[in-house]
Amino acid sequence: MSRHAFEERFFRIARWVSIVFFVCLTGFPLLVMLGLSFRPVSSLLNEPGRLLPRLSEIDLGGYTRILSGREDGGFGFAGFIGNSAYIAGVTAVLSLTFGIFAAYAAARLRYRGASFVNASILMVYLFPPLVFAVPLFVMFTRLGMRPSFTAVIIIYFAYTLPLALYMLRNYFSSVPVDIEEAARIDGASRLGVIRHVIVPLSAPAIATVGIYVFMSAWDEFLFALLFLVEDRDSWTVALGINQLEANVGTPTTVLMAGCVVITIPVVVAFSLAQRFLTEGLTSGSVKD
Amino acid sequence: MTTTTQAPPGSGRPGGATPRGGRRDRKPSPSRRREARFAYLLLLPAILATAVLVVLPVLWNVTISLQSLRLIELRNFTPFGFLQAELGFDNFRLVTGQREFWSTVGRTVVYALAGTVLSLLLGLWAALAMRRPFRGRTAVKALLLVPYVLPVVAAAFVWRTMLSPQYGIVNAWGQDWFGWTRVDFFGQQSIDLPLVGTVPLAFSTVIAFEAWRYFPFAFIFIYARLQAVPKHLYEAATIDGATISQQFRHVTFPALRGVLAVLFLLRFIWNFNDFTNIYLLTGGGAGTRVISIEIYEWLIGRSNPGAAAALSLILAAVMLVVLTVYVRWQARRDQT
Repeated sequence: MSRHAFEERFFRIARWVSIVFFVCLTGFPLLVMLGLSFRPVSSLLNEPGRLLPRLSEIDLGGYTRILSGREDGGFGFAGFIGNSAYIAGVTAVLSLTFGIFAAYAAARLRYRGASFVNASILMVYLFPPLVFAVPLFVMFTRLGMRPSFTAVIIIYFAYTLPLALYMLRNYFSSVPVDIEEAARIDGASRLGVIRHVIVPLSAPAIATVGIYVFMSAWDEFLFALLFLVEDRDSWTVALGINQLEANVGTPTTVLMAGCVVITIPVVVAFSLAQRFLTEGLTSGSVKD
Repeated sequence: MTTTTQAPPGSGRPGGATPRGGRRDRKPSPSRRREARFAYLLLLPAILATAVLVVLPVLWNVTISLQSLRLIELRNFTPFGFLQAELGFDNFRLVTGQREFWSTVGRTVVYALAGTVLSLLLGLWAALAMRRPFRGRTAVKALLLVPYVLPVVAAAFVWRTMLSPQYGIVNAWGQDWFGWTRVDFFGQQSIDLPLVGTVPLAFSTVIAFEAWRYFPFAFIFIYARLQAVPKHLYEAATIDGATISQQFRHVTFPALRGVLAVLFLLRFIWNFNDFTNIYLLTGGGAGTRVISIEIYEWLIGRSNPGAAAALSLILAAVMLVVLTVYVRWQARRDQT
C-alpha cells in the first residue's frame, strides 16, 4: 500500500474514532450528572457502576429537596438562585449600559488617547484576580461591606465591563457609518444616535453580550467565596453547591439535582447566544 | 508592570477612526474638540471603574504587602495608613521562608504549562477531526463546548463524584472490568503504575480536569481559523502529491501558528492565575497546592492580609518572568 493510500485510510478511520472520543469525553460527565440527579442516594451507594437510572427508581425527590427552603427540610437552593439572578442581572445591566457608551466612543469618536484605551481594554484579564482580591477584601471588610451583594456586584461590574466593551466595540465598528450620518443630518444628537440607531441595529450583539456577562457572574466563585460565605442567606448558586458539599453534608444525588438546576439557564442562554458569541470572540483572530 | 505585558490579541485600532484626535501642529477644530469631550464623557464611567477597582487595588496591594497587617487590626486600617506605618519586607521574608515555598512555585508553573499544552493539543485534535462537514456536526460542535460553559462548581462536583473512591462510576467500572483497586484520584498524592513508575496522582488528575475544561476554548479558535485557510492551497498541495500528513505540516500548521501562539499565551496566564479549579477539586491538598491557594490560605486561613498581598505580588512577578522568557523565545524564533 502506498503512503498516500495508507494515510487516506488511516485518517478516515481516525477521524471517526476521534469524533466518538470527543463525544464521550464531553457527553459522559453530562450523562453522569443527569443520571444521578434522578436517583435516590441509596441507589447510588448500592450500584455505583450504573450510569442511567432504572425506570422504576426514577425519583424527583432530589429536585424538591434541593430547592425547598430549610424550614421545609430542604436546602434552600431557590433562595440561592434568587441571589445569583439578582447579582448577575444587575451586573449585566450595569455592564451593558456603560459598555455601550464606552464602546461607542471607542468605535466611532476621535479623541486623544484612543490608541492607549484600545490597547489596554483587555489588559485587566492578564492580572491575577488574587492581586485585586486581597486589597478589595481588605477595603470592603474595612467598610463593613461583607457580606454584601453591593460589593460583589461592583467587583463583577468592573471585571466584566472590559470584555463587554471590547465585543460591543467590534460590533459597533461594523455598523455602517452612513446610517448614522443620515440621522445626524436629520437633527439627531450624538446620544440620540446611540439610542435610536446604534442600539437597535446592534440588538442581537447587545443581547449576546448581556447573556455572556450574566453567565460569568452566575458562574463566578472566588469573589463570592471571599465576600458572601459567612451568611448562608447570601450564598450564590456557585457558593451553594460548594458549601453544601463541603460543610453541610448534603447527599450527592440531591446536589447533582442542584447542579442540573444551575446548568439549565447556562445551557439555554448559551444556545441562544452561541452563534454570535463564537463569531464575536473569534472574528478578530481569523484575519491575519 | 503594565508596560512589559503583551498587548491582548485583536486590540487594534477601531475601524475608521484615526488613532489620535487632531495633530499637534494643527489646532483642533471646535467640532473636533466637542467630539473628544463627548468621547471622554462616554468613557468616564468605564475609566473610573477600572481606576478604582483595578489600578488602585494593585497599587494598594503593594502598600499592604509592606505592612504588618492582621485581619483583626483592619478596624483601624486606612488607605493611607502606610504613610505612618512601619514599612518593611517582613511579609516577603515570611512567605518565601516557608519550607514548601519553592516547590509551590514550581508546581504552579508545571500546572499552568501542562494544562495549557494539553488543552491546546486536545483543541487542535478536535478541530482537525471536526473540520470537514458530516451529519450532526452542529450538534457535536455544541456538545464539545459543554465543559467550557458548564458552571465550574457543577463540573468540579461531577468529576469529584465520578472519581470518588467510594461510589464513583470510574472506580466501579475499573474494578469490574480491569480489576483495579479503588483509587482516590483527588486525595492520593502519588500512585505506582506499572511501566511508568510513581506518578503524582491528585496533581495529574487536576491537570486533566483543567485540560478537559479548557480545550473547547482552544477548539473554537482553531476551528474558526481552519475554516479560513484558503481551499486552493490544499488543491495545489494535492496536485503536488502531498499526503494528508504533509498537507498538515506544510499548509495547515503554518496557518495555525499565530492563533496557537496567542492561545498558548492566554491560557498560560489564566491557568497560572487559577484558583477556583484546584480549590473546588482538592482544596489544595494531596500535593496540588499552587500559589493562588497559598494566597487564599494566608488571607483567610491565617488571617494575614499582609502576607497574602506579598505572595500575590510574587505570583505576578513569577508570571511576568515566565512570560518574558516566552516572548523573547518567540521573537527569536520568528527572526530565524
